[in-house]
Amino acid sequence: MVGFKFPESIKSRPVYGTLSVKSGVDHLMIADGEGAEAIIRLAKLNKNFIEKSHIIYIPKHTKSIFVDQLKELMPGQLYLGPSYPASVSRIRQALNNAKMGLQVYLAGTEGLIGQAQNECMSSGVPHTAIQTEHCGSVARRMQCVHCKGITEDVIMDPFICIHCGLNLFIRDHYSRRLAAFQGVCIDAEDPGNVPDAVELYK
Amino acid sequence: MIGSTKINVIVSQIKVLNDLVTCFEFKRTNGGLLPTFSGGAHTIVEMQDGSVLRLNPYSIMSDPFDQARYTISVRRDDQGRGGSLFMHTKVKVGDEMVISYPVNLFSLDLRARKHLFIAGGIGITPFLAQIKQLERSNGYWELHYSTRRPSLGTFVDELLKKYPHKVSPYYDECDQRIELTSLLSGQPLGTHIYICGPKGMIDWVRQEATDFGWPDEAIHFEEFLAPLPGKPFQAKLEISDKVINVGELQSLLEAVELAGVEAPYLCRGGACGQCETSVIEYDGKFIHRDHWLTDDEKTSGLKIMPCVSRFEGKKLVLDR
Ligand code: FES
Repeated sequence: MVGFKFPESIKSRPVYGTLSVKSGVDHLMIADGEGAEAIIRLAKLNKNFIEKSHIIYIPKHTKSIFVDQLKELMPGQLYLGPSYPASVSRIRQALNNAKMGLQVYLAGTEGLIGQAQNECMSSGVPHTAIQTEHCGSVARRMQCVHCKGITEDVIMDPFICIHCGLNLFIRDHYSRRLAAFQGVCIDAEDPGNVPDAVELYK
Repeated sequence: MIGSTKINVIVSQIKVLNDLVTCFEFKRTNGGLLPTFSGGAHTIVEMQDGSVLRLNPYSIMSDPFDQARYTISVRRDDQGRGGSLFMHTKVKVGDEMVISYPVNLFSLDLRARKHLFIAGGIGITPFLAQIKQLERSNGYWELHYSTRRPSLGTFVDELLKKYPHKVSPYYDECDQRIELTSLLSGQPLGTHIYICGPKGMIDWVRQEATDFGWPDEAIHFEEFLAPLPGKPFQAKLEISDKVINVGELQSLLEAVELAGVEAPYLCRGGACGQCETSVIEYDGKFIHRDHWLTDDEKTSGLKIMPCVSRFEGKKLVLDR
C-alpha cells in the first residue's frame, strides 16, 4: 500500500518517513490499523531482527485482517490491544524495561504515532531517533484550544468539540507535547455561521 | 565579535598535580565575580610568550556556580607549540592574564535520564565541572576514567573518595580496559554518553555505541585538538589585502590575528566551525586537522579551518 502524501504545510506539522531496519539490541514496534502493513513489509525485508521485536498492535477497524500475518512473523512478543488507551500500560512497561540500543518503529494513524512518540520521548528516546510511517486514515487527534478537551479520529472539518460543543476549525498547528492538532472556534465572531463540513484532504 | 569577549584575571593558585599536569586557578583582577557557566565549557587563555601570542582553549573544571574562581588543568606537551610549556614554566602566582568568556561546545543534555561519562587522561576536566553541576540537582551519572598509570590518574583519588559508587578507574599499564560491550549493553533507556579524551578512544566508543543502536543524539564527544607545529608558510588575505607569514609554532589563525585582521573563532580546536574560511586560490597541499569539514570539503580545496589546519606549498589566497 502506498501511504498518503501529505501536502507541504507549516513547520509544526509532523512529517513521516518510511520504516527501515536499524541495528539495535531490541526493537519496539507500535502500530494501529493499516500500520500493520508497514511492519509486515519491514519484517519481510529482514528476518533476523523479528525475534528481537516486541510488536504492540491495535487493529481498530481492520479487526483481524492483519492479525494472522503478524503472528506468522513469529515476533519475540506480540500484544494485541483493543484501543490505544488500553495499550498504554503495555507500552510504558516495554519502555521501562528497555535498555539503550532499543529501536522504535511507529506506524499507523497520526494519533497513534503522536501519542506513542510522546511516551518514548518521556522515557528519554530523542524524538528524532524514532522512526515513523503514516498508514491508513488521515483522521486527526484534535485538541480544542478553548476547553482543552481532546477529540480523537476527526476526519470532517469543521467539527464539533465533543467536550464543549464549539464548532472547531482544524489547523495544521501541532503540539508534540500533547500529540494533537489544534482546533479553533470557527464562528466566534458570527455565531452560527459555520461552513459545511468537508472531509480532510478531499 | 563572537568569542572575543575578554576577562582580565590574576593567577591566584598553581598546583602541580603530577609529572604532566598542573592546575591553575584564576580570579578576576578587580576582585569581581566571574560569569557562571555550564559544565563542559572552556575558556581561551591568552599567553603572551615574548613576542608570540598564543590562544589555547582549556575546559573549566571548577564548580560552574562558583563565581569566585575558574580552574583549568594544563597537560605538558613537550612536542607541542609551546603553549602548555609556557603555562608550566613561565606562569607564576600573581601574574595577570587574559581569558575569554566561557563557551560551551560540550554541554550536558539535561533531557537525559542518565549521564555516562567516558574520560581518557586529561579529558577528565570537562567532566569535573559537569559532575559538580549534576550533583547540585541530584543528577544520575557514572564515570569511567582511564589513564596510563595510577600516578597519572590525577583526580581519581578525590573522585573515588567523594563518589565511590559512581567512579571506575582503569589503568593502561595494569592492562585494565573499559569493558565497553557490557557497559553499553546494560544502560537504561534515556542514557546519554559523553566521551572526552584521545582520538582513538573517542572513535572507539562512538563506533561501538552506534553499532549497539544508540542514537547520534545521545552520543556526545569533545576531542582536545591543539594546533600542531609545522613548516612555515605564506598566505595572502584577499579582503584585507595583506600577506602574512605563518611561523613554525604559530597557527594560521594566530598569524591572521597578528596581522591585525579580525577573524571569527569559538573553540580554536577544530570543532565548532566558527573559523571556517574560504580558499580563493592555492597551489600546494592542505594539512587539514579539524573535525568540522566533511571529507569532500577537505579534498575540494575550497575551505580551511585556520585554528588547527596548515598548508604546504607555493600559494594560498584566503577570503579574509
Ligand atoms: S575556531 Fe572552532 S573550528 Fe576553528
